Amino acid sequence: MARVLSDSISNPAIPYSLRWRGKAYTFAGLLGLLLVTVISAATIGSVHIPFPSFFEILLSRLPFVHIASSCPETFVTIILDIRLPRILLAGLVGAALAVAGATYQGLFRNPLADPYLLGVASGAGLGATIAFLIPFTISWMTFGAVPVFAFAGGMGAVAVLYSLVHIGKTLPTTSLILAGVALGAFLNSITSYLMSTCGEELHGIVFWLLGGLSLTKWAEVWIVLPCVLAGIIIIWLYARPLNVLQLGDEQAQQLGINVERVKLILLSAATLITSAAVCFTGLIGFVGIIIPHAVRLIWGPDHRYLLPLSTLVGSIFLIWADTLAHTIAQPTEIPVGVITAFCGAPFFLYLLRRRKRLVFF
Amino acid sequence: MIELKDVSLGYDHQAILNNINLRAVPGEMLGLIGPNASGKSTLIKGMTRVINLFSGHISIDGQDIKNIKREELARLIATVPQNAVLPEAFTAFEVVLMGRTPHLGLLRYEGEKDIAIAWQAMEATQTHFLAERRVGELSGGEKQRLLIAQALTQQSRVILLDEPTAHLDINHQVEILNLVKSLCLEQRLTVIAALHDLNLAAQYCDWLVMLNGGEVYTEGIPQDVLTVQNIKQVYGAEVCIYPHPVNRLPTTLITAGEDKEERTYIQR
Repeated sequence: MARVLSDSISNPAIPYSLRWRGKAYTFAGLLGLLLVTVISAATIGSVHIPFPSFFEILLSRLPFVHIASSCPETFVTIILDIRLPRILLAGLVGAALAVAGATYQGLFRNPLADPYLLGVASGAGLGATIAFLIPFTISWMTFGAVPVFAFAGGMGAVAVLYSLVHIGKTLPTTSLILAGVALGAFLNSITSYLMSTCGEELHGIVFWLLGGLSLTKWAEVWIVLPCVLAGIIIIWLYARPLNVLQLGDEQAQQLGINVERVKLILLSAATLITSAAVCFTGLIGFVGIIIPHAVRLIWGPDHRYLLPLSTLVGSIFLIWADTLAHTIAQPTEIPVGVITAFCGAPFFLYLLRRRKRLVFF
Repeated sequence: MIELKDVSLGYDHQAILNNINLRAVPGEMLGLIGPNASGKSTLIKGMTRVINLFSGHISIDGQDIKNIKREELARLIATVPQNAVLPEAFTAFEVVLMGRTPHLGLLRYEGEKDIAIAWQAMEATQTHFLAERRVGELSGGEKQRLLIAQALTQQSRVILLDEPTAHLDINHQVEILNLVKSLCLEQRLTVIAALHDLNLAAQYCDWLVMLNGGEVYTEGIPQDVLTVQNIKQVYGAEVCIYPHPVNRLPTTLITAGEDKEERTYIQR
C-alpha cells in the first residue's frame, strides 16, 4: 500500500534542498542589506555627507590605494571617528542580542525568554550603578569603571545563578528561569536603593540603564567585536543540537546529544555575548526578544537558519534604530531603547496578526 | 543482542527496579508487560542511559553501554518514547530527519542519502503524505507514527518501543506492529516493546517479561506468561483467557461489572 501511494506523492528531496538554497539566498540578500544599511547610516546625521565623499574617505584609508581625499577634514573625522565606530557597535550589539535571545528561547522552549532572562541585565545594571557611585576612578585600558563593572556584573549574576541551580551535572531549566527572576529582583532592589540615595549621579545611571550608543569609540568596537564574533560562531555551530533539543531533553539524549554539555556551552556563549553587548551600551531592550520571533515567523523555526538570519536582522534593526535615535530629535538624542520598542512593537504585532495560527517552536 | 545483568535503577536514590536480568536477541520481539508503575518505562530509559544504573550491567553485543559514547550508543539503540514533546512549528519531515543526528557530526548537513533514508522510514510508517505539514497540526496517532519513523531513520540494530500503540486506532496498531515485526524478522533487529495491551503482546511478541513491583515476576513464551493466575497476581484483575480462534495464542478477555452472570439491557 505504501508503494502505491509513494508514486503519486513527490519525493521531498528536491524541495528540501531547494529550501536550503532559498535560505542561502535570503542570507546573502540580508548581508547586502546590512552593507547598504551601514553605508546609508554613515551618510545620515546632523551633517549630511554625500555617498561619493563617504567612499572617497573610505578608499583613502585603504592601504595601497592612493587617492587624495578632496573632502573637508571635518567629514573625515565625522565618518571615521564618530559614525563608523557607532554604526559598527550598534550592528554588533544588535546581532549579539538577537542571537542570544534566539538561543535562550530555543534552550528554554519558552517564547518569553530574552537575553536578560537570567539576570545579565540586573547584574550589569548593578555593576554599572556601583561604578557610577564609587568615589575614586578606576580604569582598565582606555575604559572607565562602568563597562568593566557592568560586564563583571552580568557574567557574575549568571555564574551565581548556575551554581545555585545545577544539580550534579544537570540543569533543570524551569528552576533556572524562576531562580533568574528571583535573582534579578534581588539585584534590582539593590540598584533601586542605590539610585534612590545617590543624588547627582542619578542622571548618568538612568541614561545607562535605558541604553544608548553615543560617544562610541573604536576601542570599544575592538573589544566587543572578538567576544561577540566568537560567541555567535559557537552558537551557530550548535544550531542542530539546539533543534534536536526541541524534542525534549530525554529524546535529545537518546539521539546522541550530550544535553547538559550543549546547554552549558550555549548558555555560556549567549551570556558572554549579552554581557559584552550591554557593558558599553547599557540595557537596550526589545531587540533580543522580538527579532528572533519575527525571523521565526517569516523564515521558520529551524535554528540553522534562525540563528544566522537573526544575527543579520538584529544588526540591521539596531543600526536603523540608533540612526533614528540620534537624528529625529536633533540636537538632542532619544534613548535607542525607546526607538526599538516604539518602532519594533507595531511591526511585530502586524506579523502576529498576519499569522492566523501561532506556533513558536 | 542486548543483555541486562542484575540491573537496579531508579530516580534520586530511590530504586524502582531491582535485580533485573533479561536478554533480547536479534530477530526476536521481546514484550515488557506489567501494571502501571511497574517500571517498564524506567527500564527502557536505563537501556539508553537517559538515567544511570545503581548497579548491574547492560551490554549490547557484549559491550557495556557505560563505555559507549552517547553518539555511538544512539547509532546502536533507537527509542520511541511514550510522552514525547514534538516541536510544533517544525515540519513532519524535519522531525523525522532529526533521527539522522547520531550519524552526522556537528557540522554536516543532511545529504541526499539521509533524506532518502528518512523518506523511506516515512513511507514505511505511512507518514510520507504528512511530510510538509507542521507537527502542531497532526493528530496524536500521526505524531506517534512520526516518532516511529524517526527511530527507523536512526538505523540502529536495537529498537526500544515504549507504548508504541498508545495513541493509535486499531488499524494503525496493527500496521505499526506488523511493520516492527517484519523489520525484526527480515533485518534481524532486536526489538523490546513495553505494551499495555496484553492481546497485542501475545500476538506479536515471541518472549514476554512480566514486571511487577520493580522485579521480573515471570518470563517466557506468551502461553506460559499470560495465565489467569499470573494476571490475577500481578494486575489484580479477574480475566478469562482463551486461545485465539485463528492462531491459538492466548487472548485475554475481561468482563464488565461485578455481576458476571447476567446482564440486563435497556429496552430501546
